[in-house]
Amino acid sequence: MLTITNLTANAGGKPILKGISLTVNAGEVHAIMGPNGSGKSTLAQVIAGHPGYEVTGGSVTYEGQDLLELEAEVRAQQGIFLAFQYPVEIPGVSNAYFLRAAYNEVRKAHGEDEVDPLEFLDIMAKKLKVVEMDEAMLQRSVNAGFSGGEKKRNEILQMAVLEPKLAVLDETDSGLDIDALRIVAEGVNKLKRPDNATIVVTHYQRLLNYIVPDFVHVLAQGRIVRSGGKELALELEERGYDWLLEPAGASA
Amino acid sequence: MTAHSNYRELFEAATHGVAKDWLPSLKIAAIEQFEAIGFPTTRDEDWHFTSVTPIAERIFRPVRSSGTSLTSDDVARFTYGQEAWHLLVFVNGRYEPSLSSFAELDAEAQVMTFSEALKEAPELLAERLGTLAPSTQAFTALNTAFMADGVVIRVPKDVVIETPIHILHLTDAHANGASLHPRTLMIAERGARMVLVETFATVGGGAYFTNHVAEVVVGAQARVDHYKVQREGGEAFHVGTTQATQERDSIYHAFSFATGAQLSRTNVYSRLLGENAEVRLNGLYALEEAQHGDHQTYVEHIAPACSSREVYKGILDGTSHGVFNGKVFVHPEAQQTDGKQTNKALLLSEGARVDTKPQLEIFADDVKCTHGATVGRLDEMAQFYMKSRGIGADRTRALLTYAFAAEVLELIELEPLKAALEGLLFERFIPPETA
Repeated sequence: MLTITNLTANAGGKPILKGISLTVNAGEVHAIMGPNGSGKSTLAQVIAGHPGYEVTGGSVTYEGQDLLELEAEVRAQQGIFLAFQYPVEIPGVSNAYFLRAAYNEVRKAHGEDEVDPLEFLDIMAKKLKVVEMDEAMLQRSVNAGFSGGEKKRNEILQMAVLEPKLAVLDETDSGLDIDALRIVAEGVNKLKRPDNATIVVTHYQRLLNYIVPDFVHVLAQGRIVRSGGKELALELEERGYDWLLEPAGASA
Repeated sequence: MTAHSNYRELFEAATHGVAKDWLPSLKIAAIEQFEAIGFPTTRDEDWHFTSVTPIAERIFRPVRSSGTSLTSDDVARFTYGQEAWHLLVFVNGRYEPSLSSFAELDAEAQVMTFSEALKEAPELLAERLGTLAPSTQAFTALNTAFMADGVVIRVPKDVVIETPIHILHLTDAHANGASLHPRTLMIAERGARMVLVETFATVGGGAYFTNHVAEVVVGAQARVDHYKVQREGGEAFHVGTTQATQERDSIYHAFSFATGAQLSRTNVYSRLLGENAEVRLNGLYALEEAQHGDHQTYVEHIAPACSSREVYKGILDGTSHGVFNGKVFVHPEAQQTDGKQTNKALLLSEGARVDTKPQLEIFADDVKCTHGATVGRLDEMAQFYMKSRGIGADRTRALLTYAFAAEVLELIELEPLKAALEGLLFERFIPPETA
């Protein structure tokens, strides 16, 4: 589904990703772990098409297409979804309008008819259950004044509505209490199908108790320094990241 | 150079025969004052960014024709779907009873046109008119000299008028080349409450000039909500001045919505005379093409423990030019003043421009006054967020622009008006969904 080959990227002229290679197949869950500043979030944003990063080398192929050639909105229409680490507040646009606009764009891209607001409410009734959210929040402005937990649940709600092929969850566990974490993780699990894939970006092992990965990759200083199965996450929990990092000064 | 001296001739012609009834001393003093000061120029500090040369160099004459071809269907386009509101319609500056619908007011509240007021309450006009808005400002002087009609509202002590009063100023083709000087005098006595909506719009009016003045007296513990919607035609000129005074414990909320006119200036001033009074001055303007829109607010904290809140937002596209000048003056006696002013402008094009100047003059020491002004473009993160959900670049821009504006409309407490203005903005900024 997704093949990343020797990807390098800069932010503000500074190299962040220094040669990432990763293959994700349908049905798989990949966890990307690593210390702060290792480039995890950058990788997630580059996949989603954030214009603030400059890809300087390598390739990303998604479903046989050159992903890097596609605008962010086209990537989303083709089934890529990024759950943001910091979901953006958009005062003045209701959640209902936003979700329906997004839903219809994706339908249009697939040659399907758009749905009207009433039909959409029916669809939403089911989706809200996935993340245990109340219908009232549909009338609120997108993320405006939401608590940290509500914002993350809203991300998963959007994911439930858009039904992506490839979901990238960027630090979705950060700032969540245990109940919210459970709801969010269960939401992700409910949306899992054999024909879609998930990349979970996280600093801590905690989320992986709920969303069990098939593969774990450790990203450090812009490179994947170790890959393994789910047991690697447990080892990281126990030993931290230091043992995987280059000795101090080696990269200077 | 002597463009304004033509107005003396126009004045002689216009007041011939009616000067007897029409507060002649006030009007004559006003034209004399106007002659002395003339139109402002960009050398005047208050007009630094706005040149009124396009108004000064042409001669706008009072409308001659009477009668109108406008129908109730034309009027219905501008009434926000609210048939229950008290509606006073002026066409080309003249009251049109046939287009107005006005239910009896409860208690002894009075709503009169000026001609009615001259018969029924001449002492009220003589006593109050021109006291809040003196002729020291050129456009106010012109209005006072040329005002032909207007509305006087008096809400007596402790009377609450629940139903909003809507004054709709329309122009039609007869207004082309004409000047209109409508006037509003509103007096809310102690503990009175009312909601006033003033709308300025056109049905094919061409290049006319509206020069409006409103005087608002807000008595102790009274509350006035005052909404102004300026949707003049694209060739039109609009200058509007609202001047309020507030007694103790009063609330005055003025909201200005402006999308019309090629050149407009909107002044909203309030003087806080009594302790613990609260003023809220909010506004939204949206300009495009070569429109020029200037807003000036002035809050004068005279008594202690008063609060002022201001939120103004502007959206500028094309080669439009916006100006915002928010003045707050705190007198030495006005301790415990609490003032907050926010002014934001959103530039949608390279050619659009805004000049914004918050101006705080504080002569008391125990005060809390803040102001913030931002001029920016659409938020990059918000754009990426929306695109990452599949929403295309054009629609993302449209939605975020609408959202920027809708936020300030939240401050409108009159729900039907809020919904109607949201609808107007939605139509303006959001392209229809393709079926």
